[in-house]
Amino acid sequence: MKTETKEVIIIPERCKECGFCIEFCPKHLILASAEINSKGYHPVYISDISQCTRCDICGMICPDFAISVVSKKEPSRV
Amino acid sequence: MPEREYLAGEFFLSGDDACAEGAISAGCRFFAGYPITPATEIAERMSERLPEVGGNYIQMEDELGSMAAVLGASWAGTKAMTATSGPGFSLMMENIGLGIMTETPCVVVNIQRGGPSTGLPTLTGQGDMMQARWGSHGPYSIIALSPSSPQELYDLTIRAFNLSEKYRLPVLVMSEAATGHMYEKVVIPPSGEIELLARRKPTVPPEAYLPFAPDTDLVPPMANAGEGYRLHVTGLTHDERGYPAMTVEAQDRLVRRLVDKIERNKADIIALEEDGTGDAEVVICSYGVSARVSQIAVERARGEGIRVGLLRLITVWPFPDDRVRELARQVKAFVVPEINYGQIALEVERCACGLAKVVLVPHMGGRVHAPELILEAVRQAAR
Amino acid sequence: MKKHPLDDYLRVARMPHIWCPGCGLGLVVNCFLRGLLRSQLNLDKVVIVSGIGCTGRAAGYINLDSFHTTHGRAVPFATGLKVANPELEVVVISGDGDLVAIGGNHLIHAARRNTDLTVLCVNNFVYGMTGGQMGPTTPLTARTTTSRGGSVDRPFNIPHLAAASGAAYVARWTTAHVRRLEKAVTEALLKKGFSLVEIVSPCPTYYGRMNKQVTGLDQMKYFRDNSVIKSGIDPKGVGIEVNGPIVVGKFIDRG
Repeated sequence: MKTETKEVIIIPERCKECGFCIEFCPKHLILASAEINSKGYHPVYISDISQCTRCDICGMICPDFAISVVSKKEPSRV
Repeated sequence: MPEREYLAGEFFLSGDDACAEGAISAGCRFFAGYPITPATEIAERMSERLPEVGGNYIQMEDELGSMAAVLGASWAGTKAMTATSGPGFSLMMENIGLGIMTETPCVVVNIQRGGPSTGLPTLTGQGDMMQARWGSHGPYSIIALSPSSPQELYDLTIRAFNLSEKYRLPVLVMSEAATGHMYEKVVIPPSGEIELLARRKPTVPPEAYLPFAPDTDLVPPMANAGEGYRLHVTGLTHDERGYPAMTVEAQDRLVRRLVDKIERNKADIIALEEDGTGDAEVVICSYGVSARVSQIAVERARGEGIRVGLLRLITVWPFPDDRVRELARQVKAFVVPEINYGQIALEVERCACGLAKVVLVPHMGGRVHAPELILEAVRQAAR
Repeated sequence: MKKHPLDDYLRVARMPHIWCPGCGLGLVVNCFLRGLLRSQLNLDKVVIVSGIGCTGRAAGYINLDSFHTTHGRAVPFATGLKVANPELEVVVISGDGDLVAIGGNHLIHAARRNTDLTVLCVNNFVYGMTGGQMGPTTPLTARTTTSRGGSVDRPFNIPHLAAASGAAYVARWTTAHVRRLEKAVTEALLKKGFSLVEIVSPCPTYYGRMNKQVTGLDQMKYFRDNSVIKSGIDPKGVGIEVNGPIVVGKFIDRG
């Protein structure tokens, strides 16, 4: 199952809070966190990873390469 | 035309055709052109000859496209060229500037015609000489050669390619309708006997290569697209990695180098021809077809006992400041015949610093000077 | 810091990029890279050429041979690269102003010749870099910093223009159609001949702000809710109007 072999990574420093992933995640699992990154944006986080199907729409729709589904082993290949 | 690798031997060629053959002998394998009198014949000949030597000819939609395509082809590792006249030359200025900023080897030939504007399409002019030097925007240096015959259009096109590869910039060949459309004997040596230079290649692997870090002669080794160097090339002010760096420091370092790599290598770049300047009291300083006409004035003036010499600028840019300054201490006057209303004469004046008179022999265009005009100016100057 | 799977194909040293929050350009580069990887092309032979403008900066962020040329001249520069070395896969990534206004003549002629290029034309309806002026694709009545009373010029319909000029592949997607955009990139890259993909993209800072879609997300929602997929239809009828539907799809795939 994809959910065992894949995980979602988030790079908070890159997030610009554009809200695309929040809106377009089919399961609406992504929310803006309370933290603030060095540019003053609230990076996103995943509210309930167990619901996540690893569809990677968040990874495709992110303009800042701040979130993506990756293979658990070596993260380099999508 | 039959399948032929290289011509060799003696031919009766127009200047335009000789220019095309010079490009082919130099290893030019890409021509992007747009028709314009009086340079069209260069494009026509290249369109026939390039396929014979495994090259590519492309007719672009305008001179903006031609110049951009030439730069692209050069970055694909090909010696590339275009040829035009005044109006097209004006359209090419921005991308010549891109070629300067990105240090892209290529050759731009300008067979000048009467100007301004549409002017005298089929007739001779030399009014683009300052545009050749300063036509694009911003501070930069450039190299411009000025042939006086079809043979020199052949020879100097080869030299233009060699200089463009060695110093990594667009090099201009500034000729005129008279020379371009004149037919004369042109000797083409066997290809093995022509010294050809090619851009210096990087000697380090991609990860260690800085595309715009210069060697001692201020010229960076050049990788081409498609060789795995993951180049970034931009018209923005950039650092040695080629990355945009819009800072005062990066601008100073880059622009100073782009200028110095020409100005500090003048000894290698500048080519002059001198006839009787040793004891001259008056020196005619000219270039292109006007220098040729001046030879008649020189002979007649000498016949009248005037000690006159001829300084012919084979390279007009960079301007030979030192030599003119030296002569300015020796002669009463310079006489500068050119088919415009005073352009190179201004440079002669700048270098003469008032030590010698500078007499412009202007011509608004459409024909070469009548030798008497130049002779009369020499007589006046010698008084 | 964790590594994003596309970091190897980005000039990470130059990130974060300059594009505004909510702008679609980062997403375009994202979809482009994913489509490129799917195409299995030899990345050493892929060359990116960009012109001037917000989209023009794309070349600077992609870790491939990339050229950031002059305004409007990316396509002829790319033509020179391709003709001189046909082994190269040359991709032009530029904006509506660069490709269709000042570069329009080069675009239609490269399409006429069917030069083997892939052109990604990011259409955000304005000149973004210079501050949101109207451009060749600004819809009628749309407000911009040089059409404050509403644009009175009829815009180009880019797919129609490219198809009429002779392009072999013409498609349009918006930045909300990430999967289809990625697939279109792969198709365009592998297609022999002139391929153009118009990518309608948000510009929150100017176009959106001045036309009642204040955030990039607002425009993305608009794209999602008002796009109509009509692949294969004649692109003549896919012009874009303010508040109108956005017809997307693969319109031309021939020759």
